[in-house]
Amino acid sequence: MSQQNRLGTGGRIDRSRPLRFSFNGQTLEGFAGDTLASALLANGVDVVGRSFKYSRPRGIVAAGAEEPNAIVQLGATEAGQVPNVRATQQALYGGLVAASTNGWPNVDRDLLGVIGSVGGRMMPPGFYYKTFMAPASLWPKYEKYIRKAAGLGRTPKEKDPDIYDHINRHCDVLVIGAGPAGLAAALAAGRSGARVIVCDEQDEMGGSLLDARELVDGRPASAWVASVLAELATLPEVLVLPRTTANGYHDHNFVTLHERRTEHLADLAPSINGRRQVRARMHRVRAGEVILATGTHERPLVFANNDVPGSMVAGAVSTYIRRYAVVPGRRLVLSTANDHAYRAALDWADAGREVVAIVDAREHPEGDLVNEARARNIRIIPGSAVIEANGKKRVTGAQVARIDIGGFKVAGRVETLSCDTIASSGGYSPVVHLAAHTGARPEWRDDILGFVPGKVPGMTPVGGVHGKSAIAEALADGAAAGVAAAQRTGFKVEAPALPKVAKVREGKAAALYQVPHVKPAMRAPKQFVDPQNDVTAAGIELATREGFESIEHVKRYTGMGFGTDQGKLGNINGMAIAARCLKQTIPQTGTTVFRPNYTPITFGAIAGRHCREFFDPRRFTALHAWHVEHGAKFEEVGQWMRPWYFPRGNETMHEAVQRECRAVREGVGILDASTLGKIEIQGKDAREFLNRIYTNAWTKLDVGKCRYGLMCKDDGMVMDDGVTACIGDNHFHMTTTTGGAAAVLDWMELWHQTEWPELEVYFNSVTDHWAAMAINGPNARKLLAELTDDIDLARDNFKFMDMREGTVAGVPARVYRISFTGELSYEINVQANHALHVWKALFEKGEKYGLTPYGTETMHVLRAEKGFIIVGQETDGSMTPEDLGMQWCVGYKKPFSWIGRRALTRPDTKREDRKQLVGLKPLDPQLVLDEGAQIVLEKEIRIPMPMVGHVTSSYYSPNLGHSFALAVVKGGSQRIGQTVYLPMADGRVHAAEVVSPVFLDAEGARQNV
Amino acid sequence: MLHIYCPHCAETREEEEFRPKGEAHIARPVEPEATSDEDWGNYLFFRKNPRGLHHELWYHAAGCRKFFNVTRDTVSYQIHETYKVGQKPSVTADKGAAK
Amino acid sequence: MSEIAQMDLNPRGAVKSESPLAMTRVNVVLAASARDAGVVVREKPFLGHLVLRGRAEDEAFRAGVERVLGLALPLALGPVARDEARGVSLQWMSPDEWLIVVPAGLEFDAEAALRRELTGHYAVMNTSGGQTVLELTGPKVRELLMKCTPYDVHPRAFPVGKGVSSVFAKSSAVIRRVDEERWELVIRRSFADYLYRWILDAAEEFGVFVAAGDASHSTSRAAVRELAAEAR
Repeated sequence: MSQQNRLGTGGRIDRSRPLRFSFNGQTLEGFAGDTLASALLANGVDVVGRSFKYSRPRGIVAAGAEEPNAIVQLGATEAGQVPNVRATQQALYGGLVAASTNGWPNVDRDLLGVIGSVGGRMMPPGFYYKTFMAPASLWPKYEKYIRKAAGLGRTPKEKDPDIYDHINRHCDVLVIGAGPAGLAAALAAGRSGARVIVCDEQDEMGGSLLDARELVDGRPASAWVASVLAELATLPEVLVLPRTTANGYHDHNFVTLHERRTEHLADLAPSINGRRQVRARMHRVRAGEVILATGTHERPLVFANNDVPGSMVAGAVSTYIRRYAVVPGRRLVLSTANDHAYRAALDWADAGREVVAIVDAREHPEGDLVNEARARNIRIIPGSAVIEANGKKRVTGAQVARIDIGGFKVAGRVETLSCDTIASSGGYSPVVHLAAHTGARPEWRDDILGFVPGKVPGMTPVGGVHGKSAIAEALADGAAAGVAAAQRTGFKVEAPALPKVAKVREGKAAALYQVPHVKPAMRAPKQFVDPQNDVTAAGIELATREGFESIEHVKRYTGMGFGTDQGKLGNINGMAIAARCLKQTIPQTGTTVFRPNYTPITFGAIAGRHCREFFDPRRFTALHAWHVEHGAKFEEVGQWMRPWYFPRGNETMHEAVQRECRAVREGVGILDASTLGKIEIQGKDAREFLNRIYTNAWTKLDVGKCRYGLMCKDDGMVMDDGVTACIGDNHFHMTTTTGGAAAVLDWMELWHQTEWPELEVYFNSVTDHWAAMAINGPNARKLLAELTDDIDLARDNFKFMDMREGTVAGVPARVYRISFTGELSYEINVQANHALHVWKALFEKGEKYGLTPYGTETMHVLRAEKGFIIVGQETDGSMTPEDLGMQWCVGYKKPFSWIGRRALTRPDTKREDRKQLVGLKPLDPQLVLDEGAQIVLEKEIRIPMPMVGHVTSSYYSPNLGHSFALAVVKGGSQRIGQTVYLPMADGRVHAAEVVSPVFLDAEGARQNV
Repeated sequence: MLHIYCPHCAETREEEEFRPKGEAHIARPVEPEATSDEDWGNYLFFRKNPRGLHHELWYHAAGCRKFFNVTRDTVSYQIHETYKVGQKPSVTADKGAAK
Repeated sequence: MSEIAQMDLNPRGAVKSESPLAMTRVNVVLAASARDAGVVVREKPFLGHLVLRGRAEDEAFRAGVERVLGLALPLALGPVARDEARGVSLQWMSPDEWLIVVPAGLEFDAEAALRRELTGHYAVMNTSGGQTVLELTGPKVRELLMKCTPYDVHPRAFPVGKGVSSVFAKSSAVIRRVDEERWELVIRRSFADYLYRWILDAAEEFGVFVAAGDASHSTSRAAVRELAAEAR
């Protein structure tokens, strides 16, 4: 085939740049400036896909975002695969490869088509649910084939090598749509000096002006477009974004624009000067004012077999002829209810092809375009409509009859006209989708037979979207809105002089949606309302008969306006049909809710740069490079990367952890504790604040002393814990859990700012400022002594829970004698920039003491041996200090009713059968219980049976020589010595003895040496 | 994506900078120990969920780290005013959304 | 020990210090030179960072700060008070919080000077180890920043001199516009690697060049004493 439908002249394509492309494996040729759709039509490709449910052959219907059928899978390479691309919105480039989304095994021979063609009654709405409902277990199997047959496109199997990003923009005026109204608005606002963004989803700005028959200032309208674009390019504060779809309109004039920067050039984004270009960019725009210039979508008429390829909306016919020099057929029948669609017949005739007839639903059509058609001796059949199309894979004829719109019946004999193309127009639906995203309900306008956008603060509709479609009217409307929007954002400007455009007189349109057929809708050939979702007029009738009266329910029952379509082509027709069936008006019926995104958008554009290594920030300590160098395996804790364990040679994790555990208890180990949250507290009321925020007392903590503290929420449940040191009388250094750091600081600010602003205290995060290195083990003192000469390490001068300032390895340090392992332990804190020096110095001196780096896993085992909790592991927001056996950490005598205190005397928090922290000793000493395993009291498993708790931490301890666990068990403190059972998913039932949660050195002798 | 005026920074900023902290003006009983279990439960757990004007506490997490109040319409999401902690709203459901 | 413990955390002897970016590996294609780049990134490591808290309405507090730093205390979000020659800046962060940046090694003396001069309810907290400064220069920096922060960086909203703190990528940063095409970011140590690599990645399409980290801003200890002396 060789572009048999291409005209020799005209159009906005570049005939000097032919481009080869492939569609369904066939190599074809088009020109630069084509869309994929116009190139397919130029080549006479009729069938572009199979329908979603009935698998009927489908052709191109429209020329823009409303196209329901020509939805293709794009991509020359596996990595470049993009599903759900509308061929009408895809610019042609050399080497483009596209395939039909629907159609299995192919569009011309389709298996499901056989089912679909057997008859409409076989697959009414709800067919899949009703048919494949039982047995439920088989649904996954059905679904696989149904999906394959329905064809929803596919994702690439290879990694996408392209880059995508987001950009935040702020502007005074955002103009959405660059047709006559949008361009006039952008020009007016742009001249004011305001920051203006104007975007349009098409490759070329200009909208309807690009195929207008009208002259603008005596020249083709496209010349005016070019002059406006040239001026906008000179305005420094104006940004013009072609190929950019406003996809979502959110609160307070926040609009997301999806810009396709390279998808018109190639499969994958090309590099320029060796720099990878961004393939798609999401502009996150905060606009002072939004001017909505999204125009209209033409409604096709709903007649029988209106989905046979060759059936198109009238305006698309004009667009293909005038903009792309493609006549999509030879013999045209136009069925219309308005004047404007006459353009299609006139353009068709101008192209030198035959207009068989214009079938006009109105008895007395009159207007400039009607007269022009009459003058050219085109046959006009008044009071009539095409009631049915003939043909299977291409229209072969149109059945035309007189109709009675009010009585909804055929009112005369049926005449069959031979033709290969039926263009139809039922009117023009304003593109209200974006305004509807904000929650504004569209409002019906009888005068234009369409819904217009509801009111949105800071938004002005211009042009066709609120019924001002004529070019002169749209220009004036847009210009006025541009001036007004600029003024509201603080910029003054005169209205621009507008070009002269002759007014085209048009007669009143008729309200025709579904065309009556000689048979009732349920028995007539299918009359498609929403071709993309295969929703028919009969389906909507059925829905209303089955009791679905709300349009939202009709939508969900039939699927109308679902998915990527979002009700662009068919919704108004569907609502009109529902209204007729329910005997109510269209505004009474209302619209469904249109949701973002307006057209499909790739995950790449949604993710932007927030993927791969940038999906989530990774936080590192000052010692991270050393850990990497020494083979650490890492664990993510919050966003921190913490060494998990340091395997040597081929050690397994278990072996490494056992070795690290022994090293700490027998020699000395070192942990990078820098990730602990650290909050500096200064002010004369610091102590009082601590008294209120912690459960225990702080009044008497001396300078140079540390204390462990528990923090509760006001419901009495533990939220965080940590050691706080008194640095000066009015000066404290608080530590929090690694994950809780930010939340604790916010929590303290909340109470200070909203409840106790009179307390003179300030907090600041110093988490990142300090690096913390914890040396633990019997040799810790000897090791530290090698590196400091100004800290007296003598047992009685630097006691457990003391803090000292001094120099370690030449670096000023605060050393806290605190312990999370139960061993003799010093936590060395230095300014983070100097940390690596100190860490390395410790290893230089530490070799002879067997200094062993250990990670979070060993830390967990060692602290669990001591029964030390980890907030978030032993707690889950429902544990009180007493539940944890930590009464010793609760200061009931403190004068101020601290956060959490009151709740601890509520009946529920005093119950004796609350879950309480206990230790578990598995009867099998080698068995490590599963963390999270549920605990029951009886060995015989009968489901259901009461579950009394669960395992919170579980390890094997080389120091104890057996496995052990921490758990929370109802009334656990009374169950010491009892045996409990842990049923597993595989049927085994483990048994364990309830013991004290402290497994090692209950007296604390080891840390007090 | 709300656009929120921070009364401390005196600028309108993007929602991403803020965190919502629930209903505003939840005062902790001055004498918790003298408060009945029921009243304490109400203070802890019960919150309004109005259709229409709602006074909310927000936190300018990525900005000045100050808490402040927002009067927001839960239907339209329109923000009628923002005001500092300790101040009273000038727009309330009783007075109607004057602005 | 007194009510507030102040401590000089910088070592006296030879200690190799490492900025938060010491561990970072660059994995984008860099421009051949600063001239070829739309964005030039340079770290200003080891500067002294202090968080100052206090009552802006307290005249004595304002006067005390000005005596020590030679800069008037900014009372609202807006221009950063700055003395380029001495490398000192003072930024409004919140109605009762300011960020002070001083040359490397001067933070202890600056804090001491403030503590000598200030009375009443205030706080000075050293965060020098927890933060670093990135300087971004070039014609494409503004566009780069638009890819990173939702804050409006247009000259009309962000004139030269202004400083704000906002969301930056999925973290946060203090953003300061020093000159037409010169900006500074104050970022947290633990997020520095993420933010730095994000910036390079986002700037790649404009051409990005990494200039050598600059330690020339570290003034001698004598200058510190001068600064402190000025306070008296």
